Amino acid sequence: MDNEMLEVKKQPTYYEEVIRKGYDRRDFMKFASMMAAFIGLEKSAIGQVAKAMETKSRIPIIWLHFQECTCCSESFIRSSHPMVADILLDMVSLDYTETLMAASGAQAEKSLKDTMKKYKGEYILCVEGSVPVAADGVYCMIGGKTSMHILEESAADAKAIIAWGSCASNGCVQSAKPNPTQATPIHKLIKGKPIIKVPGCPPIGEVMAGVIVHLLTFGTIPELDRVGRPKAFYSKRVHDSCYRRPYFDAGLFVETFDDENAKKGYCLYKVGCKGPSTYNACGVMKWNGGVSFPIQSGHGCIGCSEENFWDNGRLYDRASAFAGFGIESDADTIGKVALGATLVAVAGHAVATNIGKQKSIHDLETEGKASEHELPS
Amino acid sequence: MDNKYLRLPRLRRVYVWELPVRFYHWLNAGVILALIATGFYINNPLALMSQKEATQVYTMGWVRYVHFAAAYLFFFNFLFRIYWGFAGNKYANWKQFIPTSKRFFAEMWNVFKIDILMLKKDGKEQHHISIGHNAMAGFIYFLTFIAFAIQCLTGFGLYADMGGWWFPRMFAWVPSMFGGDMLTRDIHHWTMWFFILFAVVHVYLVFYHDYVEGRGEISSMGGGWKFIEEEVFEEKKYHTPNPRKKH
Repeated sequence: MDNEMLEVKKQPTYYEEVIRKGYDRRDFMKFASMMAAFIGLEKSAIGQVAKAMETKSRIPIIWLHFQECTCCSESFIRSSHPMVADILLDMVSLDYTETLMAASGAQAEKSLKDTMKKYKGEYILCVEGSVPVAADGVYCMIGGKTSMHILEESAADAKAIIAWGSCASNGCVQSAKPNPTQATPIHKLIKGKPIIKVPGCPPIGEVMAGVIVHLLTFGTIPELDRVGRPKAFYSKRVHDSCYRRPYFDAGLFVETFDDENAKKGYCLYKVGCKGPSTYNACGVMKWNGGVSFPIQSGHGCIGCSEENFWDNGRLYDRASAFAGFGIESDADTIGKVALGATLVAVAGHAVATNIGKQKSIHDLETEGKASEHELPS
Repeated sequence: MDNKYLRLPRLRRVYVWELPVRFYHWLNAGVILALIATGFYINNPLALMSQKEATQVYTMGWVRYVHFAAAYLFFFNFLFRIYWGFAGNKYANWKQFIPTSKRFFAEMWNVFKIDILMLKKDGKEQHHISIGHNAMAGFIYFLTFIAFAIQCLTGFGLYADMGGWWFPRMFAWVPSMFGGDMLTRDIHHWTMWFFILFAVVHVYLVFYHDYVEGRGEISSMGGGWKFIEEEVFEEKKYHTPNPRKKH
């Protein structure tokens, strides 16, 4: 027992690792301030971030890959600040991650087991990808075990779980209809553990780094919204932070991708931009170190961080396709048909009334006319 | 025939729709019209042919402003109507809308036979004279109230993150229940079509009743009165769709 505790303490701090890697303190402070800004802290909290990195030992992390494309990992290692990759990847101590670890085969399995044992109740479980539950989970197996089995095993003693990306947070493309493998997001499978959802396909690298830095600095999970996403990054719609918003308010829209309006950089709402219904930080943090984001590059947001974004709506159209009525039909097509049918029914009823109730209509008219005649002109 | 008119039926005037009900009705009609028009525009705005810069134009902004303002009116008007369902007269009472008795269902079936299927009895045309809503209409209005509630929930749910006021923020749980704004928005859009179809049928049926029954159905929402023959009045005295329990 004591031995294990010692081993935990022996873990170098982030600062020690950074210095060992050849960064100077100035770089380290830049990184600390950048991270503080990203996770929405006040200036005074930069010290807190720096202190945490200087004093706290690395967080042990197990990073599992299930049904996914690894774009989350790709995004993460491309975070703008080089130290993000260095610190949070080399040094966060990714004790087990299929993509980046050196070990393989039996060694890798052993490393996973060891980490789980050694850091029981302390490690953070990061999950990239959804878990297929159909056919007893045979659609995704690693080392002879189903992903469900691995997830349950490693979640049992985790301190918290981070669901990276849309796959782990809401199922993404593999859970789109008809979802043959019954791809299921993590929060529907694991109960009783704090789960941080970091949706996006992929999430922004800095957002991922920010979540980890928050965990490290405060030792608690960041403030989450109703859906379980960190408020610091997912509380505003892409629409609300979009630099093309004035064109939206003015009512000036791109009609087709090759028109004059597209050249002028008008709003992409009418060519299917999902910014108004997508909660993410793309408009503020942007991508690839703040270079650009989809809308800036002239393409509407596809709402990749929203639940069921593959099923809810078409990429280049505001309206959703209406299931069962053909791929081109939306609510308005069906509405118009229903309106036509209603009008026909009403007209038919009007005709039927004049035939079926002609006697009472006639009586009323006669009665009314009689009254009219009785009155002097 | 002529004999009948020798004793022209004395019509009794019944004050059916009180002023608050009429006010609610027309405010509701106007506001729904505005909401549908602006809603369509927001869904698919026109291609503006403007040479002006974005700073000088605020078309979409105004349309959305009207939509949101009308939505507030709609919501509070709706709340008021629910209140009036308890405070108003018997024709405005909630029991006119929610089937709570066998007689209610029987009357719905009766209305369906007479007004939709136009069935005759012993070769004679049938009439169903209701004073307030007939049971079928009442039930359909109950469905519209559900549609109102859906629109308020989804609409304010979508609006929640735009407003700083605590009131719309109360609805923030709605989109998360549907897994996001996209589906919420779709539901909001689909439900709107119910209003359009309802309006068509509603307006038609008002004309129909006025035409077939000749007792001021259309004008009743203006002055509040409907007219009813003395003998029908006597009969109705002992027959209401949702009778109050005998004391």
